[in-house]
Amino acid sequence: MAAVKTSSEVALNRMAVVAVLVITIIFLAPIYWITATAFKPRNLATTIPPTVVFEPEISPFVKLFLRRSQLREQPTAEEYAEAPWWERLVFDGGEKIVRDGQGNVQLSGYPSRFMNSLIVAISSTVLAVGMGTLTAYGFSRFKVAGEQDWLFFILSTRMLPPVVVAIPMFLMYRWFGLNDTHLGLIILYTAFNLSFSVWLMKGFIDEIPKEYEEAALVDGYTRMEAFFKIVLPEAATGIAATAVFCFLIAWNEYAFALIMTRRDAQTAPPFIPSQVGSGLPDWTVIAAGTFLFLIPVAIFTFLLRNHLLRGMSFGAIRK
Amino acid sequence: MATLAMTTLDPQSRAARRGWSDLTIRNAFIIPTIVFLIVFNIFPLLYSLGYSFTDFRASTNAPANFVGLANYRALLNDPFIWSNFAITAKYVIVSVTGQVVVGFGVAMLLNRTIPFKGLITTLLLLPMMLSMAVVGLFWKLLYDPSFGIINYALGLGRFEWLSDPDMALYAVAITDIWMWSPFVMLLSLAGLSAVPKHLYEAAAIDRAGTFYTFFRITLPLVAPILMIAIIFRTMEAFKTFDLAFILTSQPNAELISIRLYKMAFQEWQTGMSSALAYIMLIMVVGITNIYVKYLNKVKER
Repeated sequence: MAAVKTSSEVALNRMAVVAVLVITIIFLAPIYWITATAFKPRNLATTIPPTVVFEPEISPFVKLFLRRSQLREQPTAEEYAEAPWWERLVFDGGEKIVRDGQGNVQLSGYPSRFMNSLIVAISSTVLAVGMGTLTAYGFSRFKVAGEQDWLFFILSTRMLPPVVVAIPMFLMYRWFGLNDTHLGLIILYTAFNLSFSVWLMKGFIDEIPKEYEEAALVDGYTRMEAFFKIVLPEAATGIAATAVFCFLIAWNEYAFALIMTRRDAQTAPPFIPSQVGSGLPDWTVIAAGTFLFLIPVAIFTFLLRNHLLRGMSFGAIRK
Repeated sequence: MATLAMTTLDPQSRAARRGWSDLTIRNAFIIPTIVFLIVFNIFPLLYSLGYSFTDFRASTNAPANFVGLANYRALLNDPFIWSNFAITAKYVIVSVTGQVVVGFGVAMLLNRTIPFKGLITTLLLLPMMLSMAVVGLFWKLLYDPSFGIINYALGLGRFEWLSDPDMALYAVAITDIWMWSPFVMLLSLAGLSAVPKHLYEAAAIDRAGTFYTFFRITLPLVAPILMIAIIFRTMEAFKTFDLAFILTSQPNAELISIRLYKMAFQEWQTGMSSALAYIMLIMVVGITNIYVKYLNKVKER
């Protein structure tokens, strides 16, 4: 097909390149826009026509992390001069920082929700990938009666709509006192990710030649030693890819976090939208919270780009 | 001989330190996972099946009364529930069709010699890696009637995307299309790259037209993998909760999972909502089966 290139083909290809560029720009525009908004001063966030050129500010991030209240009276010139730079940023925005009786700065809800997200996502990822890897090895290397049925059962646990499972889980959790705890969410997300982790890891482990372990066994290793010293290092890339997928799913989950948590263990996905509320939301602060929340995802997407296809189509492509 | 004697006498020899038997290892590796999944997936399902036959309300301490099939009967006779299903069906059709058209279209474009193809593909994948709740939130900003960038860019003035009852569902679908077209694109690209090049060469020699080549070579060979993308997306779209819940509160955009959430966690009709959950579950299983049958047919061709 490429042997003879007519001028019309060249023109067609040029059009395709332009189309791809336009589509890419359209697809990235929303993400760019939220990022830009996160660095705008408040008065430029909601202007018409939209402000495209502006001096980036970090005041949305300062406001995101600190508890603030409306400024009732303007600070005196002395107060303003004595205040540290970040406090002045908040003054400029028409607000002041809330302090407790001892004059300590009060943090907003965001840092703790972000930490909750990290705790829950990392713990459940470690558990899901750990258990998943062992189970995948078990299925890959040993004879299991009804292996296909078990694997299908494991996969089928992912087909349920989350809201359907949420009702009995909520009742069970209330019974065990697991509502609004980190442990509760960690268990849920582990259960959520486990099937996925088993299927992905089985694919990776199947590809490691059995001869490697057999050689190790002949050299006097036990099965467990062979597993830890030979198989695990060989599966490292697979484990990393699986871990990132599990992390993204736990990091982004909303429905269960909304239902199972209120305050103590609430993660960022239900928290950030709850800050919009009614009245006039400060979109720059919300955009800043969103932007910080997207950073890990963006980094992982780039690290993972070569494994994405495999992970997304797990089980389906393989057959 | 010497080495053999050494091995048998050495306390560190394989026989002396074989460790766990293969059977023990297998069971220790597999059983915890199976038990975990049964406890946290199968048990809750049976638990709520039980509740679906009662009038239990999780907000009170009143004991649950057995009401038989009354919940199911009430739900299946409720026109509002049926309208929720109709809304969901409309949403699934609009958003999945949109994703297939956009995703497959972009994949066709990317299947040519495009500079920075790898980088562009990765950038296009970004939307689907984000949290649906957070995506919903920032699209709310983009859709804003008075200062949203979308109205400005399209010159729509103060168009109400999310509070217009007729538009809200499409607005949610547009966001969903933005988020998940990349998924269809990714699978389509895999399918397209697997089409043998010699088929195109043969078609070119036969002076086959673009349309003929597309419908007789490309589409049939990509169909199975495209079908898989459609199955995944249909199931996910049927389950959609976060995006629609955050974007709009229009009754015309109330998907079945939002209805279920409200019934279970705002009205606290636990028994009734368990029954609705089961009806939904049966539908998901049914839809999946139809698709899988169709998929097998496509594959056989």
